[in-house]
Amino acid sequence: MNTSDSRRPYVRPMAGWWRRNPFFVEYMIHEATALFVAAYALVLLVGVMRLAQGEAAWNGWLEALRSPASVAFHAALLAAISYHCWTWFRIMPRTMPPLFVGGKRVAPALITACGLAAAVVCSLAVLILVWGATR
Amino acid sequence: MSESRGNGKLIRIEVLRYRPEQDEEPFLQGYEVPFTDDMSVLQGLQYIKDWLDGTLSFRWSCRMAICGSCGMMIDGEPRLACKTFLRDFPAGSVRVEALAHFPIERDLVIRMDDFLAKLESIKPWIIPKEERSLAQGEYLQTPAQLDVYEQFSSCINCLLCYAACPQYGLNPDFVGPGIMALLHRYNADSRDGAAPERMEVAGSEAGVFNCTAVGYCSEVCPKHVDPANAVNQNKTRAAGDYFLRLVTPKGGAR
Ligand code: SF4
Ligand code: FES
Repeated sequence: MNTSDSRRPYVRPMAGWWRRNPFFVEYMIHEATALFVAAYALVLLVGVMRLAQGEAAWNGWLEALRSPASVAFHAALLAAISYHCWTWFRIMPRTMPPLFVGGKRVAPALITACGLAAAVVCSLAVLILVWGATR
Repeated sequence: MSESRGNGKLIRIEVLRYRPEQDEEPFLQGYEVPFTDDMSVLQGLQYIKDWLDGTLSFRWSCRMAICGSCGMMIDGEPRLACKTFLRDFPAGSVRVEALAHFPIERDLVIRMDDFLAKLESIKPWIIPKEERSLAQGEYLQTPAQLDVYEQFSSCINCLLCYAACPQYGLNPDFVGPGIMALLHRYNADSRDGAAPERMEVAGSEAGVFNCTAVGYCSEVCPKHVDPANAVNQNKTRAAGDYFLRLVTPKGGAR
């Protein structure tokens, strides 16, 4: 509160702001799932380091990936990153200049759908590529 | 209003009160208000003021969602009191508080000095690219040129978007969604030539990069202005200006 002001305007505290509205809770979950993206990047980075250390180290890393704990961890990563992807493309129409096709403004839902479709296609392409390379 | 008491429905309106001359901090006060299905939350407050407690303070003017005066937190959401109906609270009670993130002047009245100062800083009027004399006639614009900014010209300065923006709550220096919508409304106007001046505000420390794309501002806007879009379009532009500045002696927003 500003006591130097005779009108004594009351300033409300911001502590715990993100718990005040379901929209903010969802926003925080979305932001938190970014940590899972970072976690997966770390997993891959360790793989590259292991590769540099020679065949035994590399095979050890591959072995570790096959453990049940690792599979469960990856399933959790997939779920979190899918959620991140969905919320990311959902906000995308709000972050870009208006898009006109044939003189008509492209609807936000269509932009979101295109983004999601692109993510699915890219993921499948990588999957097929890696699958083919490791068979 | 007394005639509308007749049809037996009651709602409890809880109002966050603050009377600076006697209260250390705000407190909730409840009122039982008889209502009919066509009554807005604003009319509920007017009933309180007329019949139950004349000391209650709140702002309103048009009662038709166009003046932007009656913004408040209604059950925790920023809304226009004249556009929100008492019938939509079937639990029989509703909580009304002053707009979040602004200092409370008294009861439901917020202090908007900060917003008005920011509004002035962006020169919210058209500064013609090339001055035309009366004899030269009007400044022409095609429908396509109008399309680019029209949605942003619907802003009624209701400040709901500020109450929806946690970044503004955490850092009141942030220019915020509504001002950016207005800034964009003029910058994107084909007749205007003052974009570089206004971009000084958008690209400043208090500018667009305070936004973390929460997006709730656009959700609550009663006029579908999409202020989040104005903020984010200008992130790209402000970043472009910044790099232009590095390569040209007088480039970008200078
Ligand atoms: S952008 Fe929308 S919510 Fe914000 S002040 Fe303007 S009309 Fe109100
Ligand atoms: S009274 Fe004018 S917007 Fe509600």
